[in-house]
Amino acid sequence: MDKLIADLKAQIIEQLNLQDTKPEDISDDQPLFNEGLGLDSIDALELIVLLQQHYKIKLSNAEDGPKVFKSVKTMAEYITEHQPKV
Amino acid sequence: MSSPVFVVGLGAISAIGNNVAECLTALKTEAAGIGDINNLQTAHRGKLPVAEVKLTNEQLAIRSGLPSTISRTALLSMLAAKEALDDAAIQNISSLRTGFISANSVGGMDRSEDFFAEFLADNAKGKLRDVVNHECGAVTELVADKLGIKNYITTISTACSSSANAIFLAARLIKHNMLDVVIAGGTDALTKFTLNGFNTLMILDQQFCKPFDENRKGLNLGEGAGYVVLVSEKVMATLKKEAYCTLSGYANANDAYHQTASSPDGTGSFLAMTGALEKSGLKPADIDYINLHGTGTQNNDIAEGTAIKRLFVDQYPKMSSTKSFTGHTLGACGGLEAVFSALAIKHGIIYPNLRLETPMVDLPFVPERKFLQNVPVRNVMSNSFGFGGNCSSLIFSKI
Amino acid sequence: MKTYIRATGNISPQQSFGHQFLTEIIEHTGDRLTCIEPDYKGIIDVKLIRRMSRIIKMGVAAAMECLQESGVTIPDAITTGTAYGCLEDTGVFLTKMVEHNEELLTPTAFIQSTHNTIGAQIALMLQCHNYNNAFVHRGFSFESALLDGMLLLAEKEANNVLVGGIDEITNISHSILSRMDLYKCEQISNLDLFTTKSKGTIAGEGASFFLLANASSDNDYATLDGMHTFYKPTSATETEQQITSFLSAQSISINDIDLILTGRNGDTKNDELYSQLQQSVFKNSSTGNYKHLCGEYPTSMAFALWVAVNIIKTATVPTVISKEVKNKPKKILIYNHYQNIHHSLLLVSAC
Repeated sequence: MDKLIADLKAQIIEQLNLQDTKPEDISDDQPLFNEGLGLDSIDALELIVLLQQHYKIKLSNAEDGPKVFKSVKTMAEYITEHQPKV
Repeated sequence: MSSPVFVVGLGAISAIGNNVAECLTALKTEAAGIGDINNLQTAHRGKLPVAEVKLTNEQLAIRSGLPSTISRTALLSMLAAKEALDDAAIQNISSLRTGFISANSVGGMDRSEDFFAEFLADNAKGKLRDVVNHECGAVTELVADKLGIKNYITTISTACSSSANAIFLAARLIKHNMLDVVIAGGTDALTKFTLNGFNTLMILDQQFCKPFDENRKGLNLGEGAGYVVLVSEKVMATLKKEAYCTLSGYANANDAYHQTASSPDGTGSFLAMTGALEKSGLKPADIDYINLHGTGTQNNDIAEGTAIKRLFVDQYPKMSSTKSFTGHTLGACGGLEAVFSALAIKHGIIYPNLRLETPMVDLPFVPERKFLQNVPVRNVMSNSFGFGGNCSSLIFSKI
Repeated sequence: MKTYIRATGNISPQQSFGHQFLTEIIEHTGDRLTCIEPDYKGIIDVKLIRRMSRIIKMGVAAAMECLQESGVTIPDAITTGTAYGCLEDTGVFLTKMVEHNEELLTPTAFIQSTHNTIGAQIALMLQCHNYNNAFVHRGFSFESALLDGMLLLAEKEANNVLVGGIDEITNISHSILSRMDLYKCEQISNLDLFTTKSKGTIAGEGASFFLLANASSDNDYATLDGMHTFYKPTSATETEQQITSFLSAQSISINDIDLILTGRNGDTKNDELYSQLQQSVFKNSSTGNYKHLCGEYPTSMAFALWVAVNIIKTATVPTVISKEVKNKPKKILIYNHYQNIHHSLLLVSAC
């Protein structure tokens, strides 16, 4: 889980072009949207593609976004639960 | 500067008809034009419903007199603009100061995206003729040149409010005595670029769209073109034909909330509608019909609905979204819906909002679900709200 | 009713940002002039920059500089003109669309590619709910935005309008436009553009904004007395007639003009028309050029306007623009044509 969380932080920074943010600046439980990192609905769509691209998970209902993307930790938990077994 | 501007010609082509008469018949018979992708070569065929014009580029070329190798956006524009001009039947037009104010969001992208696939593999590949008319303005000029208009030509591109902005700029140019006659409106063809772009925003309905329905899932993209011919009072006095109506009000405001989403309380929409009413000197109660922007997305319909609730406060006019017929034609929708608005006034008709099963619980009004005739329609408000917070409203009035 | 140009903001291939007016002339070699950009971090919120491509940053920064100078926080209207729009984002989205066969595409590039994004982004940052329009019409894009602004002022729908002309070059666009034989084959210095008699011009880009007002202030640059555009004139004679009619409509003669700024671009065929005018309408006038400094692009008139109003404000004509003007210029006529299709005239005067 730790490696997944570390990877996710780096991927989020890259996908969303958070130029001045380093992985260590994002804490595991920090809210990603509104406060915290201040992401918005377009970023949520970007993260949906990130899930598909890196983890082969399709989030077909955009409304599940707020729950899944609440924090890096909830994202990691969702991925661990839903990732297709190789 | 308060001299009226008259609408004397209409032209349209969309998924529901290749000209104004065909579109009107479809509206009366509640026949929507949404269906499978037939024309566009895309990986989304069979997956996403769209509202395509039911003619190939070759057929459009024959009808328009333009080459089939040019952008579909230009071909559609030519047909509708020519129809509007012919409809206006202004005999001495060559002696009048004539303008063409068109709008589109994609320009010649339908051809550019084909060019790009080859170009990407090898920068020396791809036919240059496919990109030479890529720009929005180039599409406008192809049509202006064919129509022989050169006194004033320009192109507006403000996403979904584009052609509404084009129409009221035209009116202002007439009021400033810079032009006597203006063909104004817009055009857009379906492209992979826009289809994929909207798909990434997850606002496309995988079924036929249901504007203003509680369970709406998104929009269906469409294509088409719609133009009106506007003339000054002076020119109007020389015409034998009756005008359809006047353009009595207009306004442009910005939501300034988010790049693609509308503010929950519909600030931009509210300001645009209020501004249009002020310009027209009318009160909310004077509006008999609102042609809604009504795309069918969760966001637009609640924002627009909320703005209407705030403005009309219990005296809600009849309203409907004709995008339930034509899909969302982006840069063309303001023009197409202006044509429908003028026809509503002329014929005393109200269009239905198709596929509305469950009214939105947060709104105290329900759009019309049936086609109505013999209705007094004196003033129509037409809304066009786009990305970038660009919101415009037009008001057309019976003479 | 007069139109005052109260403030400017300009990012160009010269040192222009920060209200520098050609104190240092930047030499470029080759067929492509690139803008000298500021560090955007001090100007735009970091949270917003991440999503902005180059042209949007350029446009927003130039607009912000203009507003700061004007003392206006929220303009009554915003109008922008761009011929090509947001090319970088368009290219990014198209590339991904082709490479990934229409799968796994992300929204940011698509959203940012729409032509009204620059004006919309400015409105968003300022929370400006007022009139907002975007023109995308080739060599008339900026002029259309300017006209819309002037009409709003005349209608009293606005007391001030923020007007901008913006276009960019990207690797993709330059590659395609080069294939259309628009540019010089030989490597030249931009400063030799008018002495190198050969085919082709040099590509340029820029973001120039102006705050127009319908009332004067203490710090106005100049008045914008009139504008006229004409499309595809059939001959040089018609062009001469259009110029003469324009001056007549302004109730002035060519002798009242202290400097004519022309859009010569170094391409022998393109510049023929200017040479012909030099023998006729402009025979007894002092003329100057500007495209060697900014390059050729459809909204270059915005750069020309920036040059003209700065000349009037500083009461000096930089020799890199013209060596012919003896007195403090009070009236400047700008005449430019883009590919002999879009012809524009702008008249500016000292207040």
